Amino acid sequence: MTPDIPRMTGTDFTPSWFDTARVNRSAAERRASSLTARRSVKKDWQAAWLLRAVTCIDLTTLAGDDTPGRVQRLCAKARQPVRPDLLAALKVDPITVGAVCVYPTMVPHAVKALDGSGIPVASVATGFPAGLTPLPLRLAEITYAVEQGAAEIDIVITREHVLTGQWSALYDEVAAMRAACGDAHMKAILAVGDLKTLSNVYKASMVAMQAGADFIKTSTGKEDVNATLPVSLTMLRALRDFEQLTGQTVGFKPAGGLKTAKDALSWLILMKEELGTRHMMPDLFRIGASSLLGDIERQIEHHVTGRYSAANRHALT
Amino acid sequence: MPDIRDIMQTMEYGPAPEDNTEVVRWLDGHAAGIGHFINGAFVAPTGPLAEVWNPANDTVLARLGHAGAPEVDSAVDAARAAQPAWAELPGHDRARYLYAIARHIQKRERFLAVLEAMDNGKTIRETRDGDVPLAARHFYHHAGWAELLDSEFPGQGAMGVCGQVIPWNFPLLMLAWKVAPALAAGNTVVLKPADLTPLSAQAFAEICVEVGLPAGVVNIVQGDGATGALVTGHPGVDKVAFTGSTEVGRTIRRQIAGSGKALTLELGGKSPFIVCEDADLDAAVEGVVDAVWFNQGEVCCAGSRILVQEGIAAVFISRLKARMSKLRVGDPLDKTMDIGAIVSKAQLKRVQGLVAQGQIEGAVFHGNLGDLPAAGNFCAPGFFTQTSPAHTVNREEIFGPIATIMTFRTQDEAVTLANDTRYGLAATVFSQDIDRAIGIAAGLKAGVVWINATNLFDAAAPFGGMRESGFGREGGRSGLESYLRPAFAPSGAPRPAPRLSPVAQPLGGENAGPAIDVTAKIYIGGKQVRADSGQSYTVTGPSGAVLGQAALGNRKDIRNAVEAATKATGWGGVTAHNRAQVLYFLAENLAQRRSEFETLLAVVSNPKQAAAEVEAAIRRCFWYAAQADKFDGAVQATKSRHVTLSLKEPWGVMGVVCPDEAPLLSMLSLILPGLAMGNRVVAIASQSDPLVAARFYQVLETSDVPAGAVNLVTGPQDALTKTLAEHDGVQCLWHCGSAEAAAQIESWSAGNLKATWCDGGVMRDWLDPVQGQGRDFLRRATQVKTIWIPYGE
Repeated sequence: MTPDIPRMTGTDFTPSWFDTARVNRSAAERRASSLTARRSVKKDWQAAWLLRAVTCIDLTTLAGDDTPGRVQRLCAKARQPVRPDLLAALKVDPITVGAVCVYPTMVPHAVKALDGSGIPVASVATGFPAGLTPLPLRLAEITYAVEQGAAEIDIVITREHVLTGQWSALYDEVAAMRAACGDAHMKAILAVGDLKTLSNVYKASMVAMQAGADFIKTSTGKEDVNATLPVSLTMLRALRDFEQLTGQTVGFKPAGGLKTAKDALSWLILMKEELGTRHMMPDLFRIGASSLLGDIERQIEHHVTGRYSAANRHALT
Repeated sequence: MPDIRDIMQTMEYGPAPEDNTEVVRWLDGHAAGIGHFINGAFVAPTGPLAEVWNPANDTVLARLGHAGAPEVDSAVDAARAAQPAWAELPGHDRARYLYAIARHIQKRERFLAVLEAMDNGKTIRETRDGDVPLAARHFYHHAGWAELLDSEFPGQGAMGVCGQVIPWNFPLLMLAWKVAPALAAGNTVVLKPADLTPLSAQAFAEICVEVGLPAGVVNIVQGDGATGALVTGHPGVDKVAFTGSTEVGRTIRRQIAGSGKALTLELGGKSPFIVCEDADLDAAVEGVVDAVWFNQGEVCCAGSRILVQEGIAAVFISRLKARMSKLRVGDPLDKTMDIGAIVSKAQLKRVQGLVAQGQIEGAVFHGNLGDLPAAGNFCAPGFFTQTSPAHTVNREEIFGPIATIMTFRTQDEAVTLANDTRYGLAATVFSQDIDRAIGIAAGLKAGVVWINATNLFDAAAPFGGMRESGFGREGGRSGLESYLRPAFAPSGAPRPAPRLSPVAQPLGGENAGPAIDVTAKIYIGGKQVRADSGQSYTVTGPSGAVLGQAALGNRKDIRNAVEAATKATGWGGVTAHNRAQVLYFLAENLAQRRSEFETLLAVVSNPKQAAAEVEAAIRRCFWYAAQADKFDGAVQATKSRHVTLSLKEPWGVMGVVCPDEAPLLSMLSLILPGLAMGNRVVAIASQSDPLVAARFYQVLETSDVPAGAVNLVTGPQDALTKTLAEHDGVQCLWHCGSAEAAAQIESWSAGNLKATWCDGGVMRDWLDPVQGQGRDFLRRATQVKTIWIPYGE
C-alpha cells in the first residue's frame, strides 16, 4: 500500500510565491491537448486505471431535492461501486469509492448509511455554492458538518477576494475555515469558472494552500465552466511549486465536467505526468462526479465480456 | 504480464501499439521493389536495389530503385509534355484535382500515418496529429489558390517544370509543401524523395492515380543524392526547389548557377529559443519539448539553442530536467511514446559525435537516463549547459533531440546572441510582456518567429529562412509566388558588350577635356570619394567624343561601400512615410535638373529617348514612394486565437548591378525598390555611362538620402560585381550586367547563399512600366518574416 503522508499545515501568508505568476493560456491549452494525445492506456492497463479512478471518486449528490432515501441509495453504491462478478473476473479485491459528498443536512444520513464501510463522508459547507453568507455562519456550518460526522469538508472561497486581488483577505478566510475543520480534511473549492484567468487560478491555489487546504478543488459543479484540463494543469503546477517550497503534500480534486471513462483516464494521465504515480491514489486525488461511475462500469464490463454494455446492467447511484 | 491488481498500484501505462496490418500488407505488395512514377505509370526499378530500413527495429521494409539519367530524362520529358495542358486548364479544374488529393490523403490518414512512422521512425502520434493532417491541409489550401490564380495573380504564369528534392525528416509533409503550390500555379513536377524515407511518396503516387491526375503532372523518381543532382541539373527543369542541408543547398546553387533556373532553398538552422524572465516558465519548458524533443529533434527549424535570462536560469533548468525525465523514448508505433527512432545509424552516430564533441569542449551534458530499446536507432533526449557561442554544439546543427543553453542579461543581448549564427530559419520568444516579445521578434534575423509557442505550422503561413537558411517561402501567397513568373516575355535582345573598357589612362593630347576638368568620383557613405586605386578612366560618348573621366573603382571600393551600407542601419528603421518623403524629394530634385539629365542622356544614350527617360525616372520615384507604405505585410488566416503576421522586411544590404541601356532609368529602377523597402543599396553603375551615376549622386546629396543608404561605384563592372557577389555581408544581389557575369553571378553568390535576381544578360524595356517596375521588384527587395502570436488570457 501507499505510505501515509503527513497532513499539511500550511504556511504564513507569502505573496512573493505567487504575486508575479503569469500563466499563458494558449500554452496551457496546448499542453493539455497534447498530454492526452501523448499517452494511451489499453486493455488490462485500462481496466486497472479505471478501477483506480473508481476508488478516487467522491460520489456526489448536491441537489435541492436530496432526501435521506436518495443519500442512502448513493451510499449503497459507494460501498459497491462495481458489480462483484466483474471484480471477480478481473481478480481484484472489493473496492469502494473515495468518499460520499453531500450537503450538511444530509451528513447524518450518509454517516449512518456508510457505518462500518470505512468510506468517509464529505460535506460541502460555507454557503456552498456561492459562499456569500456571512463568515461566522459559514464557519458555523463547518462546525455543524464536522459534528454530524463529516470527515472531509469541501469549502468554497470568496471569489470577490480573487477578482479584486485581496489575497490576504482570502488567506485569512481560508485559514479560519481550516481551523474550524479541526481534524476533518479540508478541500478548498476555487470555483475556477468564476476566476476566468489561469493566472488567477494559480494565485488562488497558492493562497489556499498557504492557508492550509488539504486539497485544492476546481469547482462546485455549479459554475458555467467546471473542471477543464488546462485549469487542472495550472492548479497542479501551483501544487507542485508549493510542495517544492514547503515539502508539504497537497491533494487535488477536479469536479464537474468529468463524465466519461475517457475523462477519468485523461485526468489520471495528467496526475501521473505532472506529479507522479503517488498522486494518483485516493488520499491525494479525488474526482467529484455523479454520472462518471456509470460510464466506467460499462467500460469495465466491456473489458470483461468483450461486449458493449448497457446502463441498466449496473446498479443506480 | 502484471495482473490488474498490481497495475492499480504501479499505474504503469502498458503497451499501446498502433495496428500496422494494412501497411505490412501494402509493403508485401511492393516486395519486388519500389520504382518510379513517370508519366502516370509505375516504372519498375532496374539494377541493384537499396534497402529501406525501419529505424526502430533494424528490419528492412522495402527495396528501392535508383533512377539514373534515363529515368530522370523520361520523367522530365513527361513533365514537360504535360505542362502546357496542365497550365491551360481552368484554375477550377486544377482545384478539383488538388481537392481530390486532399480528400484522398484524409481517407488514407491512418495508413499514411503508420507508413510514415515505420519508414522514418517518428512517433505515430506525430504522424497522426501532425504530418498527415498538415499535408492534407496544404492540398486544401492550394486547391484554393488554383481556383483563385487568375484573379489573385494577374499577369503571372507558371514557371514550367519544377525539379524538387525533399528531405527525410517530414517526407509526406515536405512533398505536400513542394507539390501543392507547384501544381496550383500550373507547373508540373519531378520530385525526388529522400532515399531513407521513400515510401510515403510511393503511396502518394498511388493517390495521384486514384484521383486521375493527368499523366506527367506529377513524376516521382527514387534514388539518392546522385538522382537528386540529375533532377536539379536537368536542362529541362525550369525551377528547382530544395529542402535539406545548407551544404547540399549550396552545392545545388553552384550546380545550376547561370542556367536561368529559378531556385528556392529551405535549409538548415540553429534556431534560438529565448526565455525571458517574465515568461510562463512551464510554458517555456513545454516549448522546448515542442521545439527540440519533437520529431527526435530532426527538425530544420528546431529551437535548439536555448537562451534564458540569467536570473531565472537555475529554475528553468531544474524544471527542464524534471520535464525531460518524463519523456518516453521507444517504439514509434506505441501511442505512449514521445520520441521515436533517429532516421538512420549514420544520423545517430552524427548526433552522438556532436554530443561527445560538446563535452570535450567543456559543455555540461544532461541526458535522460531512461533505458533505450536494444534494437533500433534510439537516442535519449538531452541538453547542454555552460555553453558559449564558440562551442561547436552552439554553431552546428545537431539534428537530434539535443538542445544547448546559454544565458543572457538583457533583451538586447538576447537578440545579439540569437542572431550570432550563419542561419536564420526560425526563432522562439517566451515572454508575457507583449512589448518585449514583439520587440525581440522585430530584432531577430529569422524567417519565422513564434511567440509563447513553437513549431506552429499552417498552409496559410509563409515558412522559410533568412541568411544561410535559404530563400523563398512555402505556404500562403508568398509560397505561391515562388512558383509563378511574370507572364510578359522579355522584349530585349541579348545585352551588347559595354561600349567602354575602363582602362586607367590620363586625359590629354587631342582628347583635350572640357573647359573645367570634370572627374567623377564614387559615392560611399554619403560622400564623394576618390577611388581606392587613385585612378580614373576616360569616358567617351557613342560618337567617341570625350565627356570626362570617371573613378576606376576596385574591390576595396566595394568593401568600403558595403561597410558604409552596413552601418547605415537607420534607414531600415525610419517610417515608411519617411522613406516615401525622401523618394518624393528625390523626384522633385530630379525634376529640377531635368534639362541637365536630358542633355547628358542625349549625348551618352539614345537622344530621342532622353526626355522620356528622365520623365520615366521621375515617375518611377513617385511610384516607389507611393509603394513605400503600401507594399506591406498581412495577417494570415491560420488558427483560431492566433494572430499570424507576415511582415515584409528589407534584406539589409542589397547589391544592384546596373546596365548600360537607359542608364538613368535602369539605375533608378534597380535602386528605388530596395530603398523604398528600407534596404541600403550598393550599386555598381553602368560601365559605359558612369557620368550618369556621378550626376545622380549629386541629386542624392540634395534629397535627404541618409549617408550610406545608397552607394555608387563606377569602374570595371564584372570585376566589381564578382567582389560584390562574393561579399558575405551582402544579403541580396540583382544583376543586369553582362552575359558573362550573369553566368557566374549565382555561383559567386553561393558563399553566403545570398538571394539573387539575374536577367541573364537579356535586356528589358525599362520605359515600359510592366517590365521596368512593379510588385515583382518590391517582392524581391524584401523577405517575409512570419510572426505567430497566440493570444487570450
